[in-house]
Amino acid sequence: MKPSKKIYMIAGYNTISMGTGRKEFNPKKERPGLEHYLKEAGQATLGQIGGAGNVDEGVVGNFMASRFNKQGHLGAFMPMVDPGLRHKPSLRVEGACASGGLALVSGIKSVLSGSAEVVLAMGIEVQNTVKAIYGADILAGAGWFPRRKDGHAYFFPGQFSDRAGAYYEKVGREKARKAMAKWYRNAIENARLCPTAQEFENKIVDLEAQAMMEPNPKSFTDHLNVFDCSKVSDGASAIAIVSEEGLKRCGVSLKDAVEVVGVGHATDDITALPEDLTRLTTIAFAAKEAMKSAGITVDQLATVETHDCFSIAGILGMEAIGLAPEGKGADFVLEGNTSRDGKIPVNTTGGLVGWGHPTGATGVHQAVTIWEQMTGKAGAAQISIPADRPYGLTVNMGGDDRTVVAIVFKKTT
Amino acid sequence: MDYTERLSNVTVLGAAGKMGSGILLLSALEVADLMLKPENKGKNFVINAVDVTTEALPGLINYIRGQVLKAAEKKVVMLRKVYADRQDLIENYDIIEAYINDVMSLIRPGTRIEAAYESTLVFEAVSENASLKTKLFRQINENNPRKPWIFTNTSSVPIGGLDKDAGLEGRILGFHFYNPPAVQKLVELITIGTNPEGMKEFAMQLAKNMRKVVVPSNDIAGFIGNGHFMRDAIYAIEEATRLSAEMPLHEAIYVMNRISQDYLMRPMGIFQLIDYVGVDVVRFILNVMNPHMPDENLHSQVLDELFEKGVKGGQFSDGSQKDGFLKYEKGKPVAVYSPEKNGYISIEGFAAKVDGWLGVLPTTAIPWKSLVKASDKDNVAALAFADYKKSGDTGAALALAYARRSREIGAKLVSDGVAHSAADVNTVLLTGFFHAYGPVNDFVL
Repeated sequence: MKPSKKIYMIAGYNTISMGTGRKEFNPKKERPGLEHYLKEAGQATLGQIGGAGNVDEGVVGNFMASRFNKQGHLGAFMPMVDPGLRHKPSLRVEGACASGGLALVSGIKSVLSGSAEVVLAMGIEVQNTVKAIYGADILAGAGWFPRRKDGHAYFFPGQFSDRAGAYYEKVGREKARKAMAKWYRNAIENARLCPTAQEFENKIVDLEAQAMMEPNPKSFTDHLNVFDCSKVSDGASAIAIVSEEGLKRCGVSLKDAVEVVGVGHATDDITALPEDLTRLTTIAFAAKEAMKSAGITVDQLATVETHDCFSIAGILGMEAIGLAPEGKGADFVLEGNTSRDGKIPVNTTGGLVGWGHPTGATGVHQAVTIWEQMTGKAGAAQISIPADRPYGLTVNMGGDDRTVVAIVFKKTT
Repeated sequence: MDYTERLSNVTVLGAAGKMGSGILLLSALEVADLMLKPENKGKNFVINAVDVTTEALPGLINYIRGQVLKAAEKKVVMLRKVYADRQDLIENYDIIEAYINDVMSLIRPGTRIEAAYESTLVFEAVSENASLKTKLFRQINENNPRKPWIFTNTSSVPIGGLDKDAGLEGRILGFHFYNPPAVQKLVELITIGTNPEGMKEFAMQLAKNMRKVVVPSNDIAGFIGNGHFMRDAIYAIEEATRLSAEMPLHEAIYVMNRISQDYLMRPMGIFQLIDYVGVDVVRFILNVMNPHMPDENLHSQVLDELFEKGVKGGQFSDGSQKDGFLKYEKGKPVAVYSPEKNGYISIEGFAAKVDGWLGVLPTTAIPWKSLVKASDKDNVAALAFADYKKSGDTGAALALAYARRSREIGAKLVSDGVAHSAADVNTVLLTGFFHAYGPVNDFVL
């Protein structure tokens, strides 16, 4: 989808990604709920755009509050964020872990349709309400339920373990494992530069050695260990999606905005099995669509935020996006191309493995990260954006490559 | 009778107690594993949970349910395979629930000993009273045509005597868990010459399936664990009594507790350990052991006095510590019992003075928590002892003497034929008492 008019994102905000790894996190104590995270993120964005009075519509991306928190109807939380949002249109959208990306798509469409000049887009998930073993049941809802019975206890780690196993066959197990360990290292090193990241305080010295731990099929999956997985996270992210008029209304200058220049939104049949476990075909389609609509090639990207719910998903993502040829994703990572100082820094604040994965918030979090990088607001995690490659890409995936939202952003000049 | 059949009808005597409830849990998990094997479909399995305290049984069932839940959550990967053919069980939650129900369906709580009359295996964890044990065993043996095997959890009573007194013809062995049985890795196994064929092998297999470390001990009162602990405790009490010539007894108790914890780098001080086990229980075990030790006097006047004054230690039903030698707040000692004052005296009031008297604790004496995480614990511990030897401070001297006595006790358990080797003694202290290094170590010399 090529935007038919100028469209921007501004005023991003991420809460801390809360969960194991953060000092503040104590599973035995009562913790903040949905309300806390929605308020923190929503109010922070409103504070940067001149208040709720400037907002026309609200949208919340969320996957499974209905089970994690026994709470539906999240659209109606918007007026709780700020009474100035009372009686304004607001809705909740869901597409598993791509719910945040769908919130962005929904907001972009509202602005393009002319129904809104300013949309407050949020994403949220509060998942530490249950132990991981029950959380696995809930997250399995991103797959087709009739397959749950034969699936792994940790359903999605099981799915991506199968993908990893197939990839080991294709490129060699040792190389693939090493690339996954490198992925983990990059993720943690980047997270250490971002104070809201779940792994911000990770002090492990030899990250790659740690990540090379042999997977244990008895307690977990055949081909993945826990370091290959994103963690269980609570958190919310918010960003405003605006037209040129909206930008003026909010009193935000162009240099503090990032432009949305291309969108790819694709789904595939949730009841069907992947044709090839080593290829993420829906990501490939959506990323290509986003870049095509933006009129750019993959070589023009300065940075990418990709959906590494598992290290293997990150590596397969490099191939699907077209950064690496098929079967060469592991080499691409091992050669250091995706590292902070590499050819194209990927997941510069840690991604899902390092920053965290509050599922319904992730798509919005990715956009906030790109916005920070493109406007010089990324603090210690800031990378330089080359003038000849002023583009960033987000890839947000729901389920096992079933719903994908890819967005191309451009640094404003 | 094969392994499965032997476990088809189990009774746990004293099931509501601290040890009994843990043994019930481990047995239930093991029997459930058997019951859920496809080849055992249709076979009947029963575990009788027998205890005289009716009031304790509902709490026991809740405890077991909670523990089975925890166990199930840890092994869902395996359980999903076990229940693969149950199409109605889809989510982990469903499978965990089904497993809990299956385990709980095995357990028949009750107060009547008659439940054991059909059992093939009896775990005994009643109080440490030889005549009570004998009476129960005799009654079961006379009424049970299946000639059950009896696994007693006694920590001190000689097995051979129980066998003879109850007329069991060798169908008894010591299967001594450590507290709490669900957590502590150690089982002390005490066999006797008259055990029937296959009994020891069955016990070894069972312990292995329960993921326990087995240390064989000879049938001498107190075995290895209490053989060491009781003598260690008596030494500490005697040292405190000796020091009470220089300071009030409660301060001396504080000194020896601190020496045994901070200087010896153990998980808790010796007086805290006595309180944990129970002043009354320690006294009882000593009374059981003493008649079997003609060359020693395993008796403590101080323990008698405390016991008579009703100071017993042990735990409340929620697991929190009752006051004994020490008084506890949130699990930490805050005061010491003074027999003269018949009350507790706050540690804060005298700690600085007594610590000054002890001298400087070398920095090489790291907390037990850090020491257990070290990869070369013996070498790290040795550094502290090297510093004690160089130091002229009173604390260091007391620590060396304490460690040497502890070593001597361990070595004597080997020379007396209680333990087969010094390594076995060390394993018992490492796995049953959570020490970071074994007592029989040359670096303390």
